[in-house]
Amino acid sequence: MNWKNYFTTSIGKKILVGATGLFLILFLVVHCYVNAMIFWCDGGKHFTEAAAFMGGNVAVRILEIGLFLGLGLHIIQGLMLWSQNAARRSVRYEVSAGNKTSKWYSRSMGLLGTLILLFLILHLFHFWAPNRYGQAFDAGWKEEDLYEKMMVVFTPMWVVIVYLLGCFSLAWHLMHGFYSGFQTFGLATNRYKGIIRSVGVAFAILIPLIFASMPVYMHFMANSHP
Amino acid sequence: MQHYNMNLTLKVWRQRNNKVKGHFETFQVKNISSEMSFLEMFDVLNEQLVAEGKDPIAFDHDCREGICGMCSMHINGRSHGPWDQTTTCQLHMREYKDGDTIVVEPWRANAFPVIRDLVVDRSSFDRIIAAGGYVSVNTGNAVDANALPIEKQKADESFAAASCIGCGACVAACPNASAMLFVSAKIAHLALLPQGDPERKVRAVNMVQQMDTEGFGSCTNIGACEAECPKGISLENIARLNREYVGAVFSGSPRG
Ligand code: SF4
Ligand code: FES
Repeated sequence: MNWKNYFTTSIGKKILVGATGLFLILFLVVHCYVNAMIFWCDGGKHFTEAAAFMGGNVAVRILEIGLFLGLGLHIIQGLMLWSQNAARRSVRYEVSAGNKTSKWYSRSMGLLGTLILLFLILHLFHFWAPNRYGQAFDAGWKEEDLYEKMMVVFTPMWVVIVYLLGCFSLAWHLMHGFYSGFQTFGLATNRYKGIIRSVGVAFAILIPLIFASMPVYMHFMANSHP
Repeated sequence: MQHYNMNLTLKVWRQRNNKVKGHFETFQVKNISSEMSFLEMFDVLNEQLVAEGKDPIAFDHDCREGICGMCSMHINGRSHGPWDQTTTCQLHMREYKDGDTIVVEPWRANAFPVIRDLVVDRSSFDRIIAAGGYVSVNTGNAVDANALPIEKQKADESFAAASCIGCGACVAACPNASAMLFVSAKIAHLALLPQGDPERKVRAVNMVQQMDTEGFGSCTNIGACEAECPKGISLENIARLNREYVGAVFSGSPRG
């Protein structure tokens, strides 16, 4: 046994999911912080500056590669755990305990994660992909006007609704994921588990709520200034 | 509380062995006293079946006082029935009313194959213990109580972990059929004591390896195990096992 086959054991696998999950939580904080600048009500001036910094910075670009790797690992490992674990009980129970012994979102991480992934594909297609494409081919490595783009993207109501559903899935995914990451690293001891759970719940509500208010806000901005 | 008698409908899993498919069979039992234990109710049913010339239902039991961990039954979706921190033998019929229907299934996990009806083969647990859940030097007779000082908190935590009776309810309750609560209880029990300390790394690596080999699922921190454990083994033990394991793997790679 050495650290090389460590990541293929049951504990190693969950460490991978936990580590990448905590990394993605950090990313959410940064993403949320930068995007929340649209609420300055300055026609997107602050936000555009911050977005240009994030978009035109080499260090951030390198971190972005790490982000995609982490995201990929999290998704692949998570889905593999989901399917492998489902195969550990070939004959299912006739009656199951349901919510009496555990939370529905803790049992549904694979499903919630898949919903987030579907949302993410649409989201990358809306903003990230056209922006990078534009940088490379049209604007000479300049950031697109993402504020303007948000207004355009969020004009139709159905897009706003899909984004809200994405945030909803994210909230429940985090409701389990935040605490779970700390438990996986062995940090949720009797002493700290109370605070980790509370911070986790606050995080799982707050961050998706701020994210959710963005498409709503931009939808109304777009429709009030045609 | 008033004693009363009841008639019940039981839907019980029948399976001849692990080669054939099982099915549910429905039985009526009459005049069950509210003072009987759940297993005594099964005794009544089995006597009735024997008198009718039918095959009695096979189920595991031994101590019937909540300490051996044999009485594995999944009752209306709950491991050992609906009472908290209770084994099936300690579940009493006052939980039920006249006319109730109760569904009884075996522990379901591929690592616990059905031997017959409600009896499952839990020798995978024995093999996990054999992989390292012991202290390999002979420690002789019990020493004088205070000859070997152990911090109070560690002694208490170790004792709490040692109360695991190896019943398998954690596996039965876990949506992933994971054995992490059981393994973590054994790891915590020994790692916290000076007698178990020298082998803690090898033990963590080997027991986890055996747990994986036996085909238990991976823990995803759902927590149904803790909710169903008859001995109140805490999830904190799993946190400890994760720490022990990471520590063991990244500090000197003990041989498995
Ligand atoms: S941890 Fe609890 S549920 Fe699991 S085997 Fe031990 S006593 Fe039974
Ligand atoms: S028969 Fe021993 S614990 Fe139930």
